[in-house]
Amino acid sequence: MKVRILVRLKPGVLDPQGRAVHHSLESLGFDGVEDVRIGRMIEMQVADDTSDEALTRMCEQLLANMVIEDFAIEKLTPSGEPA
Amino acid sequence: MAFRAAVITFPGSNCDRDMAVALESVSGEAAIRVWHGDADLPDQLDLIALPGGFSYGDYLRSGAMAAKSPVLRAVVAAAERGVPVLGVCNGFQVLTESGLLPGALMRNAGQRFVCKTVELEVANTTSPFTSGFAAGERLRVPVAHHDGNYFADEATLDALEAENRIAFRYCDNPNGSRRDIAGVLSANGRVLGMMPHPERAMEPAAHASLGGADGRKIFENVIASLVDA
Repeated sequence: MKVRILVRLKPGVLDPQGRAVHHSLESLGFDGVEDVRIGRMIEMQVADDTSDEALTRMCEQLLANMVIEDFAIEKLTPSGEPA
Repeated sequence: MAFRAAVITFPGSNCDRDMAVALESVSGEAAIRVWHGDADLPDQLDLIALPGGFSYGDYLRSGAMAAKSPVLRAVVAAAERGVPVLGVCNGFQVLTESGLLPGALMRNAGQRFVCKTVELEVANTTSPFTSGFAAGERLRVPVAHHDGNYFADEATLDALEAENRIAFRYCDNPNGSRRDIAGVLSANGRVLGMMPHPERAMEPAAHASLGGADGRKIFENVIASLVDA
């Protein structure tokens, strides 16, 4: 089973990288960009019987830092589409 | 009694030797070097030091991988028994990632790696690391980091202040840290994490260009507190 984990900074946590990228987009002349937040995507191939609970624990214990980040777990079809 | 300190080395640590040299120069005893893969720590330790560097290449997040290494389980167990633990720079990041200290160290607000000597104000004077300082005493200690921007939610920050757990504050915040926090203590005061490098400020004042000697006092404090105990 293919799983995609999205790790994002929690709302309200200042994202200096996002702010710098936002600024760069504006300096390239792109109008209308209101906010940029940068996160991390982790793709994993796991055994088909891996439980949701185990995936959640992986995120809480290592893949995300729960002090500053939220995560979302997405299961994918073999072709990489959302299951 | 001989002072027994252990310095942990992770793949990518680069201040471990400086830390060992600093400890020996104050205590007169060679520090025990411990490799990250060791499941056990030496017995009867008086101090465990987690050095600066880029453990595991800062993969995933600074300090995240080291915090899950076998030796960290032993460090957490030792800290729970009351063994003093000092984490500097990457060592501080490892301490927050392991849960021994609250909060997290984020990318510097200015996005840049900051490498310079900064002025610190001593905020806590009761921990083993800070008991020899006067409240408000100023220290000059070098920083060298990209992820030193201390973050915790407002309730945690309020609790840290109420419990006198902020060890040092920056006089001129170099990285965007909440409430100018440069160093944080555990609830029992025996675990200290700090971004500035006291082990790089060990030479007498005549060598101020080498960082000065203000860092030495932190090591002297912890050794003195153990001898008195």
